[in-house]
Amino acid sequence: MLPLTEKKIALTIKELDSGLGRIKDLSISIGKLSAADWAEPEGPTPYPSLTSLRTWDRTLLSRYQPFYMPFCDLCCLCTYGKCDLTGTKKGACGITMPAQQSRIVLLSACIGAATHTSHARELVTYAIKKAGRDCPINPGGNAIGVEAPVIRLVCGEKPEILADLETVLDYCESQITSLLAVTHTGQEGDPLDFESKVLHAGMIDQVGMEVADLAQISALGYPKADPDAPLAALGMGTVDTTKPVILVIGHNVPPSVAIIDYLHKEHLSDQVEVTGICCTSIDATRYSPRAKIIGPMSWQLRYIRSGIPDVIVVDEQCIRTDALVEAEAIHAPFIATSEKNCLGLPDRTYDATDAIVADLAGGRQAGALILDPDKAGEVAVRVARTVAPARKNARTTADPATIREQAVACTQCQLCQRACPNDLKIPQGLKAAGEGNLSLLAGLYEACVGCGRCEQACTKKIPVHSLIMAAAAERTRNEKFTIRTGRGAIQDIEIRNVGGPIVLGEIPGVVAFVGCANFANGGKEVAEMSVEFAKRRYIVCTSGCAAMSIGMYRDEEGKTPYEQFPGSFTAGGIVNVGSCVSNAHIAGATIKIASIFARRNLRGNYAEIADYVHNRVGAVGVSWGAMSQKAAAIAAGFWRLGIPVVVGPHGTKYRRMLLGRADHDADWYVHDQRTGEDVYAGPAPEHLFVAAETKEEAMVLIAKLCMRPNDTTRGRAMKLTHYIDLSQRNLGTIPDDIPRYIRTTADIPVTLKGEITRILAQSDWKERPIPDPTLLARDKPSPPKER
Amino acid sequence: MTSQDPWQTAEIAGPKKAAIITKPAMVLAVISRAQHPVLLIGHSAATIDIGERKLIDYLLNLARIQKIPVIATGHINRALKARGYTGASIMPAVEAGQRIADPSWNGPDGKGPCDLAIIAGLPYPMAWTLLSGLKNFAPHTKTITLDSTYQPNASWSFANISVREWQENLEAITVTIETGGRTDV
Repeated sequence: MLPLTEKKIALTIKELDSGLGRIKDLSISIGKLSAADWAEPEGPTPYPSLTSLRTWDRTLLSRYQPFYMPFCDLCCLCTYGKCDLTGTKKGACGITMPAQQSRIVLLSACIGAATHTSHARELVTYAIKKAGRDCPINPGGNAIGVEAPVIRLVCGEKPEILADLETVLDYCESQITSLLAVTHTGQEGDPLDFESKVLHAGMIDQVGMEVADLAQISALGYPKADPDAPLAALGMGTVDTTKPVILVIGHNVPPSVAIIDYLHKEHLSDQVEVTGICCTSIDATRYSPRAKIIGPMSWQLRYIRSGIPDVIVVDEQCIRTDALVEAEAIHAPFIATSEKNCLGLPDRTYDATDAIVADLAGGRQAGALILDPDKAGEVAVRVARTVAPARKNARTTADPATIREQAVACTQCQLCQRACPNDLKIPQGLKAAGEGNLSLLAGLYEACVGCGRCEQACTKKIPVHSLIMAAAAERTRNEKFTIRTGRGAIQDIEIRNVGGPIVLGEIPGVVAFVGCANFANGGKEVAEMSVEFAKRRYIVCTSGCAAMSIGMYRDEEGKTPYEQFPGSFTAGGIVNVGSCVSNAHIAGATIKIASIFARRNLRGNYAEIADYVHNRVGAVGVSWGAMSQKAAAIAAGFWRLGIPVVVGPHGTKYRRMLLGRADHDADWYVHDQRTGEDVYAGPAPEHLFVAAETKEEAMVLIAKLCMRPNDTTRGRAMKLTHYIDLSQRNLGTIPDDIPRYIRTTADIPVTLKGEITRILAQSDWKERPIPDPTLLARDKPSPPKER
Repeated sequence: MTSQDPWQTAEIAGPKKAAIITKPAMVLAVISRAQHPVLLIGHSAATIDIGERKLIDYLLNLARIQKIPVIATGHINRALKARGYTGASIMPAVEAGQRIADPSWNGPDGKGPCDLAIIAGLPYPMAWTLLSGLKNFAPHTKTITLDSTYQPNASWSFANISVREWQENLEAITVTIETGGRTDV
């Protein structure tokens, strides 16, 4: 069997008459035809296997050791079990608790990587169908030279047309399959080898995400690396409820595109509202800024129960699995469009459109599975227009009297609070509501993540979540914000402009707020943190639901952050790259700094570039309310590049942190490429994965984790200024680890010279050189090439 | 649902569960036996009302009288400073957990490995996971939580108790300490 990268077969038949029939314009190609004009020499690890980068992983993991916090003391994955693994006990298969925790992390990362990669496969297939196999990959026209930094780095390939992406996906799928196999009973036993494979899954996830976004940007005409991508409407209050309203939920945009296209074709674009939740809505606005974003996943229950959507269309990922039940409750016809999410619905893919419309609009069927996005789009529009007039009269939200009447039934048993992931004081809100005061109940709105567990817990069957939403009805009506539509990649010129200041430390850092903000007040805190760092002239990147959360707040002048700050990749910018899969552009920007600014070869050269990013690019990821397996995979991708990730308090449920020990000096030596010496470089960055308890603590951590060994004295002084200032404001003190970050007196911020000089004098601080840092063992021969 | 189930309904750990603190004397006995205790105070301690005082006031009293080194997590240090306490080690809770689990770490005061971690004021799920890490990977360290909700991963925890019961317990601990009393379990 040919290795993956050797499958280079292209067959074209212009016209063939045979006994079997007549063939015209048949083109078959298997595998990738490498770009002939790519002169860059190939590095040591194109298409890395599960172990190709094990040495790099071990380098990182020896510095950032796992601190395991089991979320369950048992293993119940096989029929030997359940096995109690508490402490030093082993399971029937011999597995230890640390190995079991890292095994579960690997499972989670595999689920995340598989989800993005499967999504990518669907998008590539769809894009090829829509634009052709030869459609050029074009994330930004002339503004982009390095079109696929992650693919170049990992696979050693330079994709040029959509068909090239298929080979890349073949590789991702094979790796994910092998990684998943690693989690089988008796397959791996060492926690650090599991952890290495977690990093591999994260790297594959980044490749999958990049493929997905390149395909949709290229085929669907999204903004191409445009810092001035248009603003789109955000929030429940932006919906014109006098029109038929379609709600799309999920991540895979083709059904949304079909809805928008059908409306355009029928000249109905201004007569129907296309609204969305989760990343599919972000991508819908990239396709047409006329589409509206309601909010992140946590808005699903509240928006559906508002009764506003006339038709609900779901695709894949992050969709409430009871969405159909909720849709039935408001009598909104429901359309499922993904093989991965059929929800028990009858498959109507091959039925006549008129018949499906009639059945859904007439109420004969609550929903349908339609696996043809174009058909689903037409059905959604026609059904919405048919049912909307009658449904407008049926929309109701509980009035204050009804809320009071239902809240009175509360016995103050506290089961709702105990079921709430955020321990919200729901009983107090219900008690006050029962006495006619709705303010406490309404006050829960912002902190509520919309899971509905409170209702499941209530023995009196009080519709707790609905009551909270009803009490906060005025607030939802006022949810009228803007979001900059996802711009996609970062331009080469932007990288050239900021590459130097970032690597030298003069732009204090790149902070990426990604993923959900599903934590009490998480959305507000993400917005506040992003504004804080943009004001401090960091480069703030964002994507997905975090990008929505950032848009949901206004300053004193009534401006959302996207109206306050530019969308360019520059100091003080808030850069919305797009949906979840657009996260690859954030990792890609750090990789492109190595390529465009530092002229390092990317091609199959992962360890060297990760070493560069880790030691020189002051980037930090923040996933404040991360909850999903995709978030685990995304974080793992950043870890392998040596980029630290901060999560909120619920992030401890990911079962382990990757923490450095600042007090272990020996851990922080780097090889100085100028002198050949090993020199102490300080704990920069101190951690690779760390949970912060509060927003205040997170901001101090973010500033600290942006420091890198390569910072110039001017850059380090600037980074220290922010770190110290944020610490003083939020923790009330100058951090006690300042001496570890001052290499020479020139590092000391001018405004704090006296105070810090005193601190240094009281410690055993000594001046030390600023290295040209690397963690790679330069004197060792390169590993053989992977083929 | 009993008062000895995890406060958050589904947070069931495994077979090894915390012993219930049934009287304040248990807390005192555990503390008095420890050679190198540490008190980890989370940010919520500054906002939780217990009668006329905040949780942080009870905890600080305990730290001062028993001379227990304090680790301040979240942004609680501001509240500690406001109360005139400036000696806390500041670090994220998970970092504290990693160090406590390391038998070669000599504690925030440098006097020796931590054999007792007293924890309060963290968000419930974060304390839950942190205590799980210590339960499984810090065999040299006992843990006790002084929050009012049952934490199954601690060595000792209150059951899910009312604010009134909590106040009575904390005051009893404080009064006993202040009078220099020691009570065996």
